[in-house]
Amino acid sequence: MLDIIIDFFIIGTKIGLILLPLILAVAYTTYAERKIIGYMQMRVGPNRVGPKGWLQPIADVIKLLMKEVVIPSGANKGLFLLAPILFIAPSFAAWAVIPFDAELVLANSDVGLLYILAMTSIAVYGVIIAGWASNSKYALLGSLRSASQIISYEIAMGFALVGVLMASGSMNLGEIVKGQEGGFWHWYWIPLLPLLVIYWISGVAETNRAPFDLPEGESEIVAGFHVEYAGISFALFFLAEYANMILISVLTALFFFGGWLNPFQGIPFIEGITNWVPGIAWLLLKAGFFLFLMIWLRATFPRYRYDQIMRLGWKVFIPVTVVWLMILTFMIKAGVGPWFTGRGVF
Amino acid sequence: MTVESIVFYVFAALTVIGALGVITMRNAVQAVLCLVLTFFSAAVLWMLLEAEFLAVTLVLVYVGAVMVLFLFVVMMLDVDYASLKSGFTKYLPLGIVTALALFGAIYWVIRSEVLGDMPEPAKHSAEYSNVTVLGRLLYTDYFYAFEIAGVILLVAIVAAISLTFRGRRERRGQSVPMQHQASREERLRVVSMESGPRQDAHLRKEEEAKKKPKSKRKKKTKGDDA
Repeated sequence: MLDIIIDFFIIGTKIGLILLPLILAVAYTTYAERKIIGYMQMRVGPNRVGPKGWLQPIADVIKLLMKEVVIPSGANKGLFLLAPILFIAPSFAAWAVIPFDAELVLANSDVGLLYILAMTSIAVYGVIIAGWASNSKYALLGSLRSASQIISYEIAMGFALVGVLMASGSMNLGEIVKGQEGGFWHWYWIPLLPLLVIYWISGVAETNRAPFDLPEGESEIVAGFHVEYAGISFALFFLAEYANMILISVLTALFFFGGWLNPFQGIPFIEGITNWVPGIAWLLLKAGFFLFLMIWLRATFPRYRYDQIMRLGWKVFIPVTVVWLMILTFMIKAGVGPWFTGRGVF
Repeated sequence: MTVESIVFYVFAALTVIGALGVITMRNAVQAVLCLVLTFFSAAVLWMLLEAEFLAVTLVLVYVGAVMVLFLFVVMMLDVDYASLKSGFTKYLPLGIVTALALFGAIYWVIRSEVLGDMPEPAKHSAEYSNVTVLGRLLYTDYFYAFEIAGVILLVAIVAAISLTFRGRRERRGQSVPMQHQASREERLRVVSMESGPRQDAHLRKEEEAKKKPKSKRKKKTKGDDA
């Protein structure tokens, strides 16, 4: 009995070690977003709470916790409260298989890549139920938009990841990163460049971020599926969106940019002086770049029209991925170096 | 009692509760969600049997895609529950007979395993990879069956499309290529306006007038508040 309790305790501690920094990162991603977009639009952003506004996210969290949770009349109460939990749980659960370093991973699973896809596909329930249980037409419209968008882009995303697992020959995230060993030019972003672009854009669409934020569509359907939510129940939606953003950024770094690997590997002098940098620092640096890119996108592009989103997903991305998977097959079978040397058959 | 057996009992119970919920829930949306719970718990049970690939695929395909469409349809339907339950007593005897027959058939097939104490399935070594084993089998021994399954799915897709396709419709849709070909010359006309006195001149004057007695105004508003 005692060893079971100890087991649970150890696993719980590991989960806490991933989740607590993640929640803190989410809080400061919101701050970074407001600051970055502020400077991009010639404003200063939040600068009142604490030195240089550093305590702004803390103040926001306290405000959201203190607010009343309003349940609309005619709403399905149970499902209304369940929806935010269903939305946030998968976005946390997906972190279980993320390798932060060669040995630093909670679950070293052989189906890590599929697991990530499965978890991100569950999150759509939170959106649909939130829209349906709110008993509001705006919420329902938002959730319908979101569900069809997530399903459409999941296909393109899945196809792009098929390319990654063809290149690496494994669904284990750790193995995928190890397959890219050997420096900047050995990472998969070169042979999989079109897939990288498609994966990245689909990732932005999956997280309902601008320019794909039609589910929220403030200008036409107020705030989409979470229009009826207030206080902590709204905070959970907010938290999940940013957790998903960070997740997509980390995944892009893992799949296409060598994860925790040093980008200067194989360069004689610089490799020596950067060897002391721990792997997790490289991973966070790469993920941070993509996170910045996501915020940048939001500050730059206007929202898509609905038919444009559907066209991009179905008529552009899916055919491109299928064609590139064929080209990739030839590249692997021809043993194109330095990525596929030794795997050629000709 | 190990961690695995705790996980097994929890999720086995959830599977049964979910399955019961599917047939007892009054609301169709809640029934679908119970079915999702059943699938999810079943996936965890498969995971315990070291069939990770199948477990995750179950979640990905059934929970992540099929049930979402299910939920869509159920949400859009305006189901009249009273008329749905109207023939209940009339069909009850037939239902009971069917249920008993089905239960009897299942019981007859698995009785030997249920009545005895089931041994725990043998554990594989740490190097065992469910994905590799499954992939090898599918692409060697069962390659023919695998390809046939693929062709059947393709036929199903074509059938579904041809069922819903009702010929070309004359629609006023957006033509994306035409939108791309649009150039600035045909859409935009630059007009040079005659310059005159500024329209907002009076506003600017007011602004400047406001700026001067700023400190005074502040004091005044504070007094008003009090």
